Amino acid sequence: MDAIFLQILNGLDKGGAYALIALGLTLVFGTLGVVNFAHGAIFMMGAFCAVTVEKILTLSMRVRDESVTFFEAYKETPYLEVWFGDTGKAIIDWSVPLSIILAIPVMLLIGIVMERSLIRYFYKRPHAEQILVTFGLAIVLQELVKSFFGANPLPQGAPDIVSGSAAIGAVFGLGEAVVYPWWRLIYLAFSLVTIGLVFSFLHFTTYGMVVRAGMADRETVELLGINIERRFTIVFGIAAVVAGLAGVMYTPVLPPDYHLGMDFLVLSFVVVVVGGMGSLPGAVLAGFLLGILQSFSSMTEVKDIFPGIDQIIIYLVAVVILLTRPRGLMGRRGVMES
Amino acid sequence: MTNTKIVSPKQDLIFMAILSVVVLTMPIWLQPFGAAYPDLMQKFMIFGIFAIGYNILFGLTGYLSFGHAAFLGVGSYTAVWSFKLLSMNVIPALIFGTALSGLFALAIGFVSLRRSGIYFSILTLAFAQMSYNLAYSVLTPITNGETGLQLTQGDARVLDRMAGIEADASLPTPNLFGIEGIGYSGFYICAALLLISFFIYLRIFRSPFGLKLRAIKSNQNRMGYTGFSTRPYLMTAFVISGMYAGLAGSLLAVTDPLAGAERMQWTASGEVVLITILGGVGTLIGPLLGAGIIKYFENIFSAFNETVLLNAFSFLPDWLAHPVAAVVGLFVGEGWHLTLGLVFMLIVIFLPGGIMEGISRLARLITNRNKAEPKSGAHENKEKEQASAGEV
Repeated sequence: MDAIFLQILNGLDKGGAYALIALGLTLVFGTLGVVNFAHGAIFMMGAFCAVTVEKILTLSMRVRDESVTFFEAYKETPYLEVWFGDTGKAIIDWSVPLSIILAIPVMLLIGIVMERSLIRYFYKRPHAEQILVTFGLAIVLQELVKSFFGANPLPQGAPDIVSGSAAIGAVFGLGEAVVYPWWRLIYLAFSLVTIGLVFSFLHFTTYGMVVRAGMADRETVELLGINIERRFTIVFGIAAVVAGLAGVMYTPVLPPDYHLGMDFLVLSFVVVVVGGMGSLPGAVLAGFLLGILQSFSSMTEVKDIFPGIDQIIIYLVAVVILLTRPRGLMGRRGVMES
Repeated sequence: MTNTKIVSPKQDLIFMAILSVVVLTMPIWLQPFGAAYPDLMQKFMIFGIFAIGYNILFGLTGYLSFGHAAFLGVGSYTAVWSFKLLSMNVIPALIFGTALSGLFALAIGFVSLRRSGIYFSILTLAFAQMSYNLAYSVLTPITNGETGLQLTQGDARVLDRMAGIEADASLPTPNLFGIEGIGYSGFYICAALLLISFFIYLRIFRSPFGLKLRAIKSNQNRMGYTGFSTRPYLMTAFVISGMYAGLAGSLLAVTDPLAGAERMQWTASGEVVLITILGGVGTLIGPLLGAGIIKYFENIFSAFNETVLLNAFSFLPDWLAHPVAAVVGLFVGEGWHLTLGLVFMLIVIFLPGGIMEGISRLARLITNRNKAEPKSGAHENKEKEQASAGEV
């Protein structure tokens, strides 16, 4: 029972990341009709926003080490700590959550620049060419990141206060022994909030309503005198922000390296396809579903029966879905069904 | 774009003869480019085979597969197993490698070809990732996991032992009845296989079967209305291209008997897509060109490091040489993939037909100019012609 509970949590947590990336992918597909293979790279760049912020905050100077008395010893101390003492230390400790402040404008900018300078010329070109050009872009972005940050994973710490584990078992009446890392719980909550925000933006604001109208019937919206293209550009920016934030928050879970994006891209594409191309609820549902399936299949009991199932379960589900219900779990009838 | 020129079989034979001469004299004419060493030339041949096979599927039918590296991997593993169990002779290795990848392609194609467009791409991608993940985990007894499958002293090599060939102290090398699979002889084995597979590929291009594949690309529905079931044709094309990939994979094992799972990763499938697009999708010779160019520059560019760059820019004043070397250094050496990505993007954006389209555009431009030149005062006319040439 405990194990199952933990696996569900694990799955929700992983599913949160899948859902956030897939949400952006499917949003871009639903609005612009573009298959964006560079979306994983955007996720990766979000993660490296956190790395950059941490690097800036910990810029260091050499300070005399007072604890060593019999010769002159120096140690590297961040400027923030020298200037502000404990407050500075706390700021550095909170670098990952603080990165969000930087990541939002940066990712929005990256998204809009990407859309205006490249993606918009590919609206009318076949999907294959969209895949190819964004695949090229993904390679370029990841190589740029590699040349600036190196090829090794760069671990980022969560703030000390949430770096331990929560005795979550007690809350659900499963005993004190069932614990779960705080940061992963925060990640789950964060992904739910972000998903909620995106949905309320699309459903409860006029702007979002127009965007949805444009997704359903672009021409009519344009005939009403609305510049739908500009709104879609903003939507692309929002998709980039969502993926970027997912990346920022994921850094304490998985140390980012330059090919993080490619690893997640394939998975999130599978998520989008399972959920239905262009369907937002589908992407979220499929994200969590596949996350949970993946963590269940990595239980030893399951692996004993089907060896290796944890490695292939997601793809297996995708194959079954594509063959039996090509529009995905929640895809609209007639959209991309061939 | 569609090349409807009728080519007589005789012209094809002449073309094959020219190609053979070009390929077989590579060790001579590549000398000035610094690329005339066997390892690199073997790569040209092997990736040439891989790319022309891929072109049969993607170029002719327009089905974009993102999982072809799986077949390459299967070919490699099979070939190494054939060396281990049967014989160091390359013939069984090549036959088994090709045949098994063909079977593998049959199974994957049977499922994947039920869908088209982006769904087909994702299905093939999913299958390739599954094979890659399995090769790393459960199939370790067959694939030897991360270490990669290698030859050992104590391998069975049943046929070799029967023929009385015993391995001496050093590890045996793959050979074709005594001709070694490494060095120049290895290159000639690869070259011969490239020429044979290119001839088959040429025949497929010219055959009614090839025409039907092109018809699928241009309009699959209409093809169905005229009473053709497209699935068997697609299936055949998929299996053939899988077999080409398997052949390429086994040749990789022949030239270096070691097979690792990273050959099956989806970025490796991306590479053959890059090669084909760069050279020219659906053109006869484009994929070969693409393979040559990418492998050549990969080799040349990766060799650059900071010292080499600083030497190259030593004619600049000192304060300028370092920044210039640093900027250029982004694009060469370790950063070679950055250049590749950029070039690839530029090609997809401006020249979707690849290098071959570039060449034909240039050729058209030149012939148009020559035609317009004699008529003085036909300036307007000439401009119009050029404009129309640019549109095509």
